[in-house]
Amino acid sequence: MSTAEATSDPNALHGLEKDSSAGWRGPASKRIVTGYGFWIFILSDMIMFAAFFATYAVLHGQTADGPSGHDLFDLRNVAIETALLLASSFTCGLASIAADERSKVWFQLAMAVTCILGLGFLALEGREFADLVARGAGPTRSAFLSAFFTLVGCHGLHVSAGILWLLTMMAQVFAKGFRADIQRRILCFALFWHALDIIWVAVFTVVYLLGSAK
Amino acid sequence: MSHASDHTRIGPEVAPGDEQADSASVGQRIVVYLIGLGLAIILTATSFFVADTDLVWQPSIPVALVVLAIAQMGVHLVFFLHITTGPDNANNVLALAFGVLVVLILMSGSLWIMSNLNHNMMPMDQIMQMQR
Repeated sequence: MSTAEATSDPNALHGLEKDSSAGWRGPASKRIVTGYGFWIFILSDMIMFAAFFATYAVLHGQTADGPSGHDLFDLRNVAIETALLLASSFTCGLASIAADERSKVWFQLAMAVTCILGLGFLALEGREFADLVARGAGPTRSAFLSAFFTLVGCHGLHVSAGILWLLTMMAQVFAKGFRADIQRRILCFALFWHALDIIWVAVFTVVYLLGSAK
Repeated sequence: MSHASDHTRIGPEVAPGDEQADSASVGQRIVVYLIGLGLAIILTATSFFVADTDLVWQPSIPVALVVLAIAQMGVHLVFFLHITTGPDNANNVLALAFGVLVVLILMSGSLWIMSNLNHNMMPMDQIMQMQR
């Protein structure tokens, strides 16, 4: 922190807004503060997931004579889920470009594709969970399966919340246009959606690929 | 309160998720996402291939999978979240570094403590005998 920043009058923000050529030593713009705050939230969310990952790693051998990951996981299904989520991350990036360019048509189109891909992911995951429960491998079967359903289900809940947020953003852009506050929400949504994809990378590696090894 | 110019005023810092320069054209920005997507697809495909192949030395597979996953997380951070090492990104990188530190302590600490407890625990049949 520079001394100029520390000693400057807090009201100087108004002067800075007019005089952008003088450089930026005052408070950061609201978009940066909002994005940074949401970035902190995402990192805390990742720490919560780390706790679930640690739980899964500790318990993945505790199958209580029930089925292990090798018996249960269908890697083809996981690969399709991964492809859907990765593609949705890409279209989410296209949506943020469209939002910056203030192109409503492209924004709604990219968000709609993101939504469909996300719903496809959730459908496959829901089918997998229903299949496991039907085969008697529900969360109550063993400590391993409790940890599995907690970790993967928590990610699925995040994706569900992300889709609700996505639909909200589509409606807000439709009704209110690309206002500055809406743009900030789109920035935060894009951060959230990309972060979910990062967590999924850890999920398919730790849970499915390492978990299905003998 | 002017609302039109809020997002174009990117000063010495960048919000996480924002790209460095507003000057990049739409085509250039799409190319960045395409590169990220391509790298992510390659790394994911390699992970799934390595997971069940007999072509590599078996004990190396878990290590390879973890390395591939960390590489892919890096690709996502750089190409999708636009976290870079530039001076305008210092705050974002520092927050990320602290998050990674906490995650590492949490994961390795949990695994270490639990395996140690597991190692020192009396075998189950002996516990059963003591309860009699």
